[in-house]
Amino acid sequence: MNEKLKAFIEEAGWPRVIIGLFLLSLFVAAPFVRVRVDASISDTLVRFGMNGILVLAMVPMIQSGCGLNFGLPLGIIAGLLGAVTSIQLNLTGVLGFGAALGIAIPLAVVFGIAYGLLLNRVKGDEMMIATYVGFSSVAFMCMMWLMLPYTSPNMIWGYGGSGLRTTISVEGYWLHILSDFLSIQIGPYLYIPTGMFLFFGLMCFLMWAFLHTKTGTAMTAVGSNPEFARASGIDVNRMRVISVVLSTVLAAIGIIVYQQSFGFIQLYMGPFYMAFPAVAAILLGGASVHKASMLNVVIGTLLFQGILTMTPSVINSLLQTDMSEVIRIVVSNGMILYALTRKVQVKR
Amino acid sequence: MKAYTTKEKIQHFLISNAVPIIFVVMSAIAIPLSGFSGTYLVQEMLIRLARNSFLVLSLIIPIVAGMGLNFGMVLGAMAGQIGLILVSDWAVVGMRGLLLAALIGTPISVALGYICGAVLNRAKGREMVTSYILGFFVNGIYQLTVLYAFGKLIPISNAELVLSRGYGIRNAINLAGMRHGLDYLIPLRVGNLNVPLGTYLTIALFCLFIVWFRRTKLGQDMRAIGQDMGVAGAAGIPVEKTRIIAIIISTVLACYGQIIFLQNIGTMNTYNSHDQAGMFAIAALLIGGATVSKATIPNVFVGVILFHLMFVVSPMAGKQLMGQAQIGEYFRVFVSYGIIAISLALHAWKRQKDRERARRSLRGEA
Repeated sequence: MNEKLKAFIEEAGWPRVIIGLFLLSLFVAAPFVRVRVDASISDTLVRFGMNGILVLAMVPMIQSGCGLNFGLPLGIIAGLLGAVTSIQLNLTGVLGFGAALGIAIPLAVVFGIAYGLLLNRVKGDEMMIATYVGFSSVAFMCMMWLMLPYTSPNMIWGYGGSGLRTTISVEGYWLHILSDFLSIQIGPYLYIPTGMFLFFGLMCFLMWAFLHTKTGTAMTAVGSNPEFARASGIDVNRMRVISVVLSTVLAAIGIIVYQQSFGFIQLYMGPFYMAFPAVAAILLGGASVHKASMLNVVIGTLLFQGILTMTPSVINSLLQTDMSEVIRIVVSNGMILYALTRKVQVKR
Repeated sequence: MKAYTTKEKIQHFLISNAVPIIFVVMSAIAIPLSGFSGTYLVQEMLIRLARNSFLVLSLIIPIVAGMGLNFGMVLGAMAGQIGLILVSDWAVVGMRGLLLAALIGTPISVALGYICGAVLNRAKGREMVTSYILGFFVNGIYQLTVLYAFGKLIPISNAELVLSRGYGIRNAINLAGMRHGLDYLIPLRVGNLNVPLGTYLTIALFCLFIVWFRRTKLGQDMRAIGQDMGVAGAAGIPVEKTRIIAIIISTVLACYGQIIFLQNIGTMNTYNSHDQAGMFAIAALLIGGATVSKATIPNVFVGVILFHLMFVVSPMAGKQLMGQAQIGEYFRVFVSYGIIAISLALHAWKRQKDRERARRSLRGEA
């Protein structure tokens, strides 16, 4: 038994075990401090669905050896442009949601190709440069949101008559369009956004299927050993660009799914730090800088969002102070730090 | 070595100083647009040079040691801020307060620097991104300390510093007692301009320190490690230890730099000041023409002046040009991030090219 436990901890890694136990203890403690467990589970599930695709967006670049995609905001911006344009065209319901995706995806492909070509020139330093590509694109778009000629009165500043607002409501357009599809309501508190899960499941399946196609396998080979991949006739740079494009497109889809559940489009500095929770989540799920699977995505998102949901409610009732923000910072960055400094062990 | 023609020399100068030149041109366009007077700009630059140079200088030593831009300098900045919080609680004012703050900050920043160095030794080849995330991580610990431990575990008697709930430090701290404590220690006025001579002397002293340090045994070791870690290790230089020392020095200096920065401003944003310190210092250094692997003292001063010239001028220029100051505001955020992105990318690109060339030379002529 002891041996098995040791092997399990070794397999999962100490940080994951600690965080898992921490989350478990939060759920156990919840009833004692009068926090409803079913409401908490419902919140966790909703946030899991909201963030799942953004976390999934990490997978292709990790697989192809481009590292953690700190440049996620670039894809998010494509999604934002799609969402904003769909509202400008006054499209509602499924049509509006589809239009947002339809506009965002081609944009994301274009951004992704440019971003991928850049990353091909800076092999070995991808992560740092990705971070700043993300930051500078967000800052650039801050200027654009002010200047782009959008005119829908629901989106622009009331008094100035020009420039988009910092948050735009999607209510009346495509609020909860996915979440409410086949959704299940049990009692007054437990709500399961089935549609969002189905969509997330579909994305995961497509990703999984892609990784098992010829191109997908070649991509993984590039990540595992670029020299070997080159020797077997794989175009390394092309595979890397494909992975970056996939990641950027998934980020664009992910943010639109996020918005339809959240209810608001956050512009300007909103997407600035969005890469960090996604990176932390996939690492928490057991991915490393070089290897990630769908299981990592699902477990990681559940654990991470679980902590984000549970700490404010439970810790606040327990200690009468709001420590959730600090805990979030320490947990997410601690997790990234752990992954970056882990010595790669080869087991035989 | 063959003599270069004038044309080649000019070409070389333009290529190696492309970033500062672009900024000079941008400033030349933006200054008349903004409508600021010359005297105002000179006074601003004098103040900002005093305010920021020390922080930027603290980045040089890790670059010499080949560890890239030390994004972990925010650790030192946090240590300095903890010193300042305690000193303002004890109501020690003026130069004595600043020295005491530095004294408190030193052991904290040595400890943090040691941790940072040890962590970076586990992440060779991706020091920058690791130190960057470490900055965020320690920021969490800092908030935990300042927001919860201060006033509970660490007694704070001054009610003006503490949040109304009884513990935790307020968002903004007034450093009126220490304001310009170092700047105007030796008062000097030239015409209408106030010259912060005390700070300039400190900075000059520190530049001398860097020049001297590079020539010591330790400094030479660092340069050797910066050139090639493997060769340096084979030559008997303790690589890991020297790298830790480089980071400790940088962190301690960043701590002093942050104290100088805050005594010049006069108020401290308890939870934001250190974050901005890191980003602005790095952007300024890169704008001054430094790269990830090479930074000189002139880079620092040119960078601080150009960066802050743009900083002061761009909101007004944006207002005149676009009718909205906000656009200028965002523009300057964009430029600070963009310049870091471009500099990092150019450097990585060049390194990749060098590596390919080296490999091709091994393969021989085809």
